[in-house]
Amino acid sequence: MAKKMHDTPMLDQLESGPWPSFVTGLKRLAQENDMMVDLLGQLETSYETKKGYWKGGTVGVFGYGGGVIPRFTELKDANEKPVFPDAAEFHTLRIQPPAGMHYSTDLLRKMCDVWQKHGSGLIAFHGQSGDIMFQGVSTANVQPAFDEFNEMGFDLGGAGPALRTSMSCVGAARCEMSCYDESRALQTVINNNIDDMHRPALPYKFKFKFAGCPNDCVNSIQRSDMAVIGTWRDNIRTDEKLAREWFAANGMEGLVNNVVTRCPSKALAVKKAGEARTTDGFSAVALDDATALEIDNHNCVRCMHCLNVMPGALLPGKDKGVTILVGGKSVLKIGATMGTVVIPFMKLESDEDFDKLNELSRNMLDFFAENALDHERTGEMIDRIGLSNFLEGMGLEVDANMILQPRANPYIRMDGWDEEVEKATERKASGG
Amino acid sequence: MAEMRQPIESGAPDPMQYMHPVMRKNYGHWVYHSHPRPGVLYHRADGGDEVWTVKAGTQRQMDHYTIRKLCDIADQFGDGHVRFTARSNIEFMVSSEAKVNPLIDALTKNGFPVGGTANSVSMIAHTQGWLHCDIPGTDASGVVKALMDELYDEFVKCEMPNRVKLSTSCCEINCGGQADIAIVIQHTKPPKINHDLVANVCERPSVVARCPVAAIRPALVNGKPSLEVDERKCVCCGACFPPCPPMQINDPEHSKIAIWVGGKNSNARTRPTFHKLVAAGLPNSAPRWPETAAVVKNILNTYKNDAQPWERMADWIDRIGWPRFFEKTGLPFTKYHIDNWRGARATLNASAHIRF
Repeated sequence: MAKKMHDTPMLDQLESGPWPSFVTGLKRLAQENDMMVDLLGQLETSYETKKGYWKGGTVGVFGYGGGVIPRFTELKDANEKPVFPDAAEFHTLRIQPPAGMHYSTDLLRKMCDVWQKHGSGLIAFHGQSGDIMFQGVSTANVQPAFDEFNEMGFDLGGAGPALRTSMSCVGAARCEMSCYDESRALQTVINNNIDDMHRPALPYKFKFKFAGCPNDCVNSIQRSDMAVIGTWRDNIRTDEKLAREWFAANGMEGLVNNVVTRCPSKALAVKKAGEARTTDGFSAVALDDATALEIDNHNCVRCMHCLNVMPGALLPGKDKGVTILVGGKSVLKIGATMGTVVIPFMKLESDEDFDKLNELSRNMLDFFAENALDHERTGEMIDRIGLSNFLEGMGLEVDANMILQPRANPYIRMDGWDEEVEKATERKASGG
Repeated sequence: MAEMRQPIESGAPDPMQYMHPVMRKNYGHWVYHSHPRPGVLYHRADGGDEVWTVKAGTQRQMDHYTIRKLCDIADQFGDGHVRFTARSNIEFMVSSEAKVNPLIDALTKNGFPVGGTANSVSMIAHTQGWLHCDIPGTDASGVVKALMDELYDEFVKCEMPNRVKLSTSCCEINCGGQADIAIVIQHTKPPKINHDLVANVCERPSVVARCPVAAIRPALVNGKPSLEVDERKCVCCGACFPPCPPMQINDPEHSKIAIWVGGKNSNARTRPTFHKLVAAGLPNSAPRWPETAAVVKNILNTYKNDAQPWERMADWIDRIGWPRFFEKTGLPFTKYHIDNWRGARATLNASAHIRF
């Protein structure tokens, strides 16, 4: 039995209502630990004053320079003593989850045991970068808690100017849209560069995210410095049986209003059976004996809409790979930026392909480390130096898929035009 | 000194050892999915293997008792394997359809809402807030709890025109992320500087460099080295506060809540979009934020009634136009909605395209 609870009239109001209440959970923990009693006291104070009371500091584990989020209370009395002393230290351990966030109940219970023993017992699945957040631990208990997680096969995540914990979607584990082995890609990139996570020495944070298809369920374009997104080069695969079933259930109205007219590049058409084109990148699937859906695969931008509406009837092609975008980030400092294409397509199947991805990631981190200013993200760096310079520095070839339109202003020195034309001709000749 | 234990730098763990066996067996071989009912997904692999997923909402910040309860349910009614989504929903995978309804009953009976699939308003992606952040303008878990109580039906029923993703962020850094509707703190007053502390706490050149509008400069105040802010230039973004806590940006009265709409992560139909400002000046009214909830519900209802099937919030507004969005929601359009940051020209209507 822990010490007496503080009155929490504001937080109490978050115990009613149908959604699960974190306050009820905090109170359950407060029955067994004093840290939670005082945490509730401080949180209630925040609700009253509308102020936060945590400051950072330096807390870590032996051998690493990051991964623990230190929190010390700033809520002090007239004698500079913490008002809620048992929650005066309330650090978080960021632990990297298994890619795809799969858990057995056995694993979850073991994690609970460790955190009940060393920490507050409060766990968030997951933080916005994908870490399991073990919230609430004293400075003294950080090391023993980490040691136990580490012996279970788990490692600290990233914090500060470092490689950050990564995320991949459920992907190949349960989704027919998956275009590569997301989990392997994540482990390849993160685990080969783990030194940059554990010993923060980059200009600022760097995030990789891995999405199995352009539905981008991990928000890689907006939330990662380097996004790896599954795609395919050949025709959309079709399953006539499922296509006929879908059409029987949804009819011409559903087909026209929800599929064909919503295609962003007008790559879909309704055709009479037998009249659909099936050469030069066109393919077709019968919807009933009289109707076919024709797909202009060269003009399809792989947006995923028709595949989402007609699951199984339309599937990603067989010649799969990934598109790489670089430079996504949130607001600070120049405003939010999205990643932009730097590699329109690369295969990601063989060991050599994964080696190439690994090499690319390493180059990306090295270029960032050498060229970004202090506290500058990759997107800001590219804004500052221009995409062309970034590509040249990275040894990547220019490609018209990197832009929405060519420049609309003449303010550019073009002394090197003839050489660049030559390079373009060579690229074309070599099939690039 | 006793010898310290060296860490094992194992990095991201291999998920295969924790994955549901049917998913492990059919890794990369799925060919079909359907949505049999709200909160349930069905997936089939090319060899005919099947898996049902039951999705439930959680409070994200979970006490170990809640996690153990979820484990008990997974063992008793499921197959002992779960996963979490990017929005902190929990998914129970089962290889037999017969297990689906008893699993739903067990979750519902224990207070976990089953839903969040397909065209639902899913769980709100959120941040740490007063519970753990060092710079929060508001709480995170509390705002989310209050809103999800209000949006409970939309989570469990899946009756929206398309998916609806929400996020909350307790400062303008927007850690909650882009969303169909995003709820973000917006400061309206420049930082209040405690000049006694700046010299000892802040690395002044990096604070100066952090400001997006170059409004901060070094200064001597009362004979001490400090920083001063050109308040006419200041955009009240709070970027100086994390590196320099004596530059307090949070204000119990003047830190307001703003609502942004039309963010979309997916590439489906249109390219991904950022959310746009539609409402601001809402009070930071803990513990239940009723004014914010009212605006969010109004936008959701207008969208639900007016959008066509498969239109995300951004697609819908794209079709009807921004003037009609403001007209239909009744939200006032002001000069503050007109962007004046870099690149703003691209957001102006350079055409005669006007809807009447």
